Amino acid sequence: MNAVTPIRTPAEQALIGAFGALRDAGPAAAALESLRVDGFARFEATGLPHRRVEAWKYTDLRTMMREAKPLAGAPDASALLAAKVAVGRLPRVGGSRIVLIDGHHAPDLADGGPLPEGVSVSGLAEALVRRPELQALLAGQPATRENTAFALNNAFLTDGLLIEIAPGTAVSHALDLVFLTSDGAAKLTNARVVVIVGAGATAGLVETHLGPAGTDYQKNVVVQAIIRDGARLEHGRRQLEGSEALHLSTLEAEIGAEAHFDTLTLTSGAAVARNQLFVRFSGENARATLRGVSLLKGRQHADTTLVMDHAVPNCESRETFKHVLDGEAHGVFQGKIIVQPIAQKTDGRMMSQTIMLAEGPAMDNKPELEIFADDVACAHGCTCGELDEDLMFYLKARGIPSQEAEALLVEAFAREAIEDFGDEGLGEAVEELRAALLASVTDWMLART
Amino acid sequence: MSLLKIKNLTAKLADEDKQILNGLNLTVEKGQVAAIMGPNGSGKSTLSYVLAGREDYEVTGGEALLDGENILELAADERAAKGLFLAFQYPIEIPGVGQMTFLKAAINAQRKKNGLDEISTPEFIKLVNGKAKELGISPDMLKRSVNVGFSGGEKKRNEILQMALLQPKVAILDETDSGLDIDALKIVADGVNAMRSPDRSFVVITHYQRLLDYIKPDVVHVLSGGRIITTGGPELALELEAKGYADIVGKAA
Repeated sequence: MNAVTPIRTPAEQALIGAFGALRDAGPAAAALESLRVDGFARFEATGLPHRRVEAWKYTDLRTMMREAKPLAGAPDASALLAAKVAVGRLPRVGGSRIVLIDGHHAPDLADGGPLPEGVSVSGLAEALVRRPELQALLAGQPATRENTAFALNNAFLTDGLLIEIAPGTAVSHALDLVFLTSDGAAKLTNARVVVIVGAGATAGLVETHLGPAGTDYQKNVVVQAIIRDGARLEHGRRQLEGSEALHLSTLEAEIGAEAHFDTLTLTSGAAVARNQLFVRFSGENARATLRGVSLLKGRQHADTTLVMDHAVPNCESRETFKHVLDGEAHGVFQGKIIVQPIAQKTDGRMMSQTIMLAEGPAMDNKPELEIFADDVACAHGCTCGELDEDLMFYLKARGIPSQEAEALLVEAFAREAIEDFGDEGLGEAVEELRAALLASVTDWMLART
Repeated sequence: MSLLKIKNLTAKLADEDKQILNGLNLTVEKGQVAAIMGPNGSGKSTLSYVLAGREDYEVTGGEALLDGENILELAADERAAKGLFLAFQYPIEIPGVGQMTFLKAAINAQRKKNGLDEISTPEFIKLVNGKAKELGISPDMLKRSVNVGFSGGEKKRNEILQMALLQPKVAILDETDSGLDIDALKIVADGVNAMRSPDRSFVVITHYQRLLDYIKPDVVHVLSGGRIITTGGPELALELEAKGYADIVGKAA
């Protein structure tokens, strides 16, 4: 049998080289080592995904990621100082702020007072030594494990953050988690955060992703959330990356019995973004609400790909994703709901809606329902259109200029996905986040020309 | 002096050939309430839309002067800022846009174009609550999305609320009586009458004389075939109510 040597793109070669350099730099903790080796082997077997890989049909990463930037190291003193200024300019949207610079935890940049009682933050590598059982969690759910972005994140896993909410804790303010890419030469950031919400606990977490405009930096971030029985997690994301950035994000969630997970992503940054959600119910009578609003202009490309796995009976999921497209932007929504054979009484509803503000944009929608149980309610819907002329005329007839009228209508469109986000227990913090997200929709509309 | 002067106006739907307005001439004096009556299809709503600047109509000739300035080249929002107001026959529901957000945006847009600062929130709330109370608009209606879940009467009252807040020079009321019961009609008419002033003109478009019992016109114009075919005093409305349009339209033809 002849061995086949695949032709590697420059990006793939660079990634392979980076893995080798990391390995040569010294041995990692044993647990990390095996995750890395497994992740790398998976990447090496397939290379970067391209359009003939169904899950990446509309986001040909092999073409879009021409080169791989050097792996970001820990920020030096001057980078930290500059980062402190950049992070300081970003208004907090919750309680305690936790900052990662280039994927590395920067405790000195924490803000908003000490962590609330019952919340602990520790280094992932160190936690893994104490608690080897975390390794199975980090290896990912079966569907996640097959994903190339996730495999690459494991291949380059050096450390990360473990955020734990003790069972029964009610955290009154969301944690404000900031991922900043520092200035300077473009780099590839590998970031990993694991959140474990203990049984019966309630918590909120807001991620904000940002970095320098005009630099084609790359980020591959994985957030894994374990929501134990009876717990609630409200998770918000603001993807405000620099205009030239490549942003790969994977959110994996495992939801226990009678637990509730609510996630909302606002996407307006990056040249190319892939926002992946792998969510699985592992206990009955749980609820998940997955939503997103993408605001894209120019030649931006953003892909939201989700897999909602109803693996047990009696769970409810709602998937609501909205795109607002201008210029020659390209939006992608791939939503898959899986109802396993035992998952009777599943209730799943998925909706993708798009407003086109110009002639140039394109939107690809791919809803998939894989239903193997016979007593379920599942539906999906999809709309795509321009702003309603009658509504526009009514607003203009009251003196409101076109651009402002459009902003009002687009904000109303986005509001549906944003307004009932969040748990009442998180009160003001969620209120602030909702207000911040709606304001960023309006700002985006008014600034777009 | 005239606040609104329309000269030889011709217009059609942008994507059709048929002329709907055929050389319409109309002068509305300052402080005047002018009723425009006419049969179905005479061009009444077209006139209101063309004046307000709806883009699916195309003006093919003539001019419309608002306080001496031709407004036909202006965008709808610019006309509104110059003091033209259209109370819609069918006010539109705007889900997701809060009533207060909408009213504030409208007031501030007008103030901005007139070189004024934005209205302060307390001043705005006081203003809206005062006017809303006069029109029997409940605080609950102000909390909802624009016109969403409003009854026909509530939508029309909401139009009058907007007019009261924007204080236009010329207000066009397009079949404001349609879909209203007597009580709602009285509230709307009272709202309009409270705004009558020597500096403001009204164009009241209606099919029926009934509205004119409550909003007394100074002059009545009859529109037919896209032109004003006759003009008279309030008694003309009564005559139309008694005899119908056929007689007068026939005479003019």
